[in-house]
Amino acid sequence: MATIIARMPEEVKPSKWAEFKRAFTGIRREETISGYLFILPNLIGFATFTIFPILFTFYLSTQSWDLSKPPQFVGLQNFAALGKDDLFWKTLGNSFYYTFGAVPIGIFLAFVLALLLNQKIKGVILFRTIYFLPQVTLVVASAIVWNWIYQPDFGLLNYMLSLIGIQGPRWIYSTVWAMPSVIIYCNWMGIAPSALILLAGLQGIPAELYEAAEIDGASEYGRLRYITVPLITPALFFVVVTSLIGAMQTFSQFYILTKGGPNFATTPMVMYIFNLAFSWFRLGMASTVAIVLFFILLLITLIQWRIANRWVYGFSGD
Amino acid sequence: MTTTTSDAVQPSPQKKGFYIGKKRRQLYFKLLAYFVLGLGALTTILPFYWMVASSLKSLAELMQFPPTLFPLQLHFDNYEVAFRMIPFGTFFKNSAVVSFCVAFGQLFTCSLAGYAYARLRFPGRDRIFLLYLSTMMIPFAVVMIPLYVIIKTFGWLDNLAGLIMPALVSVFGTFLMRQFFSTIPKELEDAARIDGCSYFQLYWMILTPLAMPALATLGILTFMGTWNDFMWPLIVISTIPNKTLPLGLLMLVEQQAIKTPWHLFNAAGTFSIIPILIIFTLGQKYYVQGIVTSGLKGTA
Repeated sequence: MATIIARMPEEVKPSKWAEFKRAFTGIRREETISGYLFILPNLIGFATFTIFPILFTFYLSTQSWDLSKPPQFVGLQNFAALGKDDLFWKTLGNSFYYTFGAVPIGIFLAFVLALLLNQKIKGVILFRTIYFLPQVTLVVASAIVWNWIYQPDFGLLNYMLSLIGIQGPRWIYSTVWAMPSVIIYCNWMGIAPSALILLAGLQGIPAELYEAAEIDGASEYGRLRYITVPLITPALFFVVVTSLIGAMQTFSQFYILTKGGPNFATTPMVMYIFNLAFSWFRLGMASTVAIVLFFILLLITLIQWRIANRWVYGFSGD
Repeated sequence: MTTTTSDAVQPSPQKKGFYIGKKRRQLYFKLLAYFVLGLGALTTILPFYWMVASSLKSLAELMQFPPTLFPLQLHFDNYEVAFRMIPFGTFFKNSAVVSFCVAFGQLFTCSLAGYAYARLRFPGRDRIFLLYLSTMMIPFAVVMIPLYVIIKTFGWLDNLAGLIMPALVSVFGTFLMRQFFSTIPKELEDAARIDGCSYFQLYWMILTPLAMPALATLGILTFMGTWNDFMWPLIVISTIPNKTLPLGLLMLVEQQAIKTPWHLFNAAGTFSIIPILIIFTLGQKYYVQGIVTSGLKGTA
């Protein structure tokens, strides 16, 4: 049986070139030209200071360069050299230690803060201002105070510990305690934005859901566990991804509070790149480590997206 | 038998009891919330209090153990001495120049392009914008080395231009402005076009006034971000007359002294956060708005 399907006449698709030309003629001409002119300043900056540098870093990772002589091609030797570079592995470990130490604590605190601020509390703006203070303060200024707080002999922290009979450690001067010191400092400084995003997420949960659950006799814990937590997961996902990316790139706090010491105990990857490039002028090697950092971030983010459908409510994957 | 009755039948008196209990529980919960929030706020404030208090103490008092809660004697002269030690006025001026130029530059480039990417039709538009988006996740460490080489080539090393020029365009700002312009009703533009507006007039006279909240958000985020920026100035700037405030403070801290002058550090630190506190207080609404809509993480 011959199927009779009324065939639409093949649409005449104009060639790409014809379409391009048409954008420059007649009524669309002004819009097209305005469009290009409007993006031009932006595009020049974007191409010069973002696109070109990215490509150039990939190129530099195959070179040996100290800025004084022209770069020399070394192929993948830089990458191979990383395998034997103890300092590289140490800083890689430090970055992971910092990231996976600071981010879970920070997000937990931010979540608690958001839950509390969501309790129809008076003075939310006052609390918000206070919690944002460390975030808007110069890192150098707050690091000076924290440096002093952490002083083993006359600092505030060890004084407070001595009040409850504990002999405090040497904090930023101890290879064991330096990293926890930075983690505490960074969480003091940086939980406000995450809390704010989570708070916005909480406020977006429809009140009807809570009312319905209450009528059905759900306890407070039940409402938290079966309404709040699942519905906050999209905001939480966003906070987790951006926090991990941010933490892997932390630099100033380390540089100012501990200078990466003692004995490289608090040198993260970014500081290693910084030192390679601007203290030791090994620009090829520095670019190589930067490329590795880039792929680590990419990997972390991809893993997040892959496992998101297991815990993020309504996650579609794109 | 007993279980079924207690399960199925919930007599009204019990329900009422439950209701009162719930009110009370809510009250307790609220008190607990205030308590925890207050404790957290105290922890957050304490280092600031310590900074201000220490800035007014003598060095001898600062080194006392146990520390004193209030300065025994107010040493306002600490500020004077700190000002004499390093040229704060210069640093302050440099920070202000760089932050203003970057903020206004971005407002211009990002809003103009954001409008074009949102509303004007031209070949390749979406593909170019996708390229912008794909670079949003690239860490700064990946671009900073070539950026340094470019700045060096242009002769902008140890020059404020080296801080300003690369920051005049931002992908994040372009994205933010494009998002905003997509929400403005198209009828408005059509009406203006029919009345004979050019696209630039449309952007400048009709859409920019409407975009003020978005522009304020971008402006404040950029200004504060630039003001606080530490890593890039550290790379570019090397001499005292060109240092910005964070670098100047660092210089004070790194000056080798036999006795570390903590009281002066704290005086300088207190002074440095005053302008940013004023801006933050005035523009908090927009700043917070920006954080929420973008999820931008502050200093990194």
